[in-house]
Amino acid sequence: MSRDKEIVIVGAAESTNIGTVPDQSALQLGTDAALQAISDAGMSIGDIDGVASTLQTVELAHHLGIRTRYLDGTVVGGCSYMLHVRHAVAALREGKASAVLVVHGESGRSRVGMAPRFPDPASPGGQFERPFGVSGTFSSFTLPVMAYLDKYGLGEADLAEVSVAQSRWSSQVPRALRRELLTVDSVLATRLIAWPFHIVECCPLTDGGGALLLTTAERAADLDLAHPAVTVVGTGESSEGPGVSFMDDLTTFRGFRDSSSEALRDADMNTGDIEHLMVYDAYAHLPLYGLEDLGFVGRGEAVEFIRSGATSPGGSLPMNTNGGGLMYTHTGMYGMFALTEAVRQLQHRAAAQVDGVRTSMVQGVGGMFGAAGAVVLQRR
Amino acid sequence: MSKPVPVPTPETQQYWDKAAEHELWLPYCETDEKFIFHPRSFCPICLSRDVVWKQLSGRGTLASFIINHRPAPGYEGEAPYVMALVELEEGPRLTANILEVEPSPEAVHVGMPLEVVFEDRGEITVPQFRPRRSGDGS
Repeated sequence: MSRDKEIVIVGAAESTNIGTVPDQSALQLGTDAALQAISDAGMSIGDIDGVASTLQTVELAHHLGIRTRYLDGTVVGGCSYMLHVRHAVAALREGKASAVLVVHGESGRSRVGMAPRFPDPASPGGQFERPFGVSGTFSSFTLPVMAYLDKYGLGEADLAEVSVAQSRWSSQVPRALRRELLTVDSVLATRLIAWPFHIVECCPLTDGGGALLLTTAERAADLDLAHPAVTVVGTGESSEGPGVSFMDDLTTFRGFRDSSSEALRDADMNTGDIEHLMVYDAYAHLPLYGLEDLGFVGRGEAVEFIRSGATSPGGSLPMNTNGGGLMYTHTGMYGMFALTEAVRQLQHRAAAQVDGVRTSMVQGVGGMFGAAGAVVLQRR
Repeated sequence: MSKPVPVPTPETQQYWDKAAEHELWLPYCETDEKFIFHPRSFCPICLSRDVVWKQLSGRGTLASFIINHRPAPGYEGEAPYVMALVELEEGPRLTANILEVEPSPEAVHVGMPLEVVFEDRGEITVPQFRPRRSGDGS
């Protein structure tokens, strides 16, 4: 890809407030972040003609005053924003849009301006999973974990290493919800939610918003950017099934494998080129699957890799450097926050900054091992 | 509050009708010699619409599980309870609770032999599992 056809992120922002924000609706949280992203890009609303969001796109575009010629309402769960980025790159390259705003807004905790949730009892998951005591994603997304741990002779203390490592990042991040430095023993001493998962191995439920603004590198060259542009060098997307019981193999996620390999191929890179990694972590087993399925370590090696400090501050592969969904924030569809953290790292303005990082990979999951989206980003 | 119940669709009706008779049935592809889960009116491997419904043995093993300490509506009196993925002898993997077992990491383990039992929930009956009492492998 010649560099004049490159697509870049020129604005990346989160809502002013994240966590418990009972006085703002989902749409407000999203637009708060969007306005900041537009301002950082030095653009005006008339410059933007594309909208991608898990919010209702027509409402969002009208709310912001955008005259659209590109709408993407893809909603496949928490990785929707990785797919939005992928689709926007294709549209921008083809001239189907000039600048695309990707927006997340979710009042996951306070439920202000959110549609009521009615899981469909006639869907595959509604018929064959939910009747068996599913009380939240913590009792569904987590189900494959014992197949994984048992296969490699691991136990609950090994799983706890994920939260321990990520707390080393979140303890340096003022906006993170959970900032306490954890040990394996302190993780195991917290409340059991769904054995072997304790509360700090499960994401919190929060309110928040985030936004990305994408345009061509050619257009970006004329903008007065607040922060350096970040290039989208590779993307991939995939899906496997409507619930954990439909996975081909409980110890690996095909969506992770397929979307990540496509993103790396698209970027003409391999895992050795990646200096910073975000793996969507609604629950502590996801970084284990992610590290293995993306090919950073061999099968069954993820716990040992994390225990060695490789993913912690100062390690060879800094991972989930905002503390992840487990520690930073988790509105429900967390993927946007993994992207905003990766962009901040590449712009060298993250709260827990990795020195000199220039290439990052962001891997998202949607639903319960349902959909997946991967994005490789680079600071040129 | 009562436990949640599935709403059958035309493609799954037979599964739930047979469950009401306390039998476990799924569509089967004669060409690929494989059971199809979740139930569909065609085979997702060869795309043949020529599928037949067949009864399964009801025997399986525990593929994975969690012990849920935060009960769902209808499960309030039962927490903690075991939520499991059960690998049937014939291949498909079902979600179910493991009944008649102490809900503790010491009593429940991956690979344990299981057998189907049926739980009536008003109009609907759902297949559940318990540690296998008879037959091979127990």
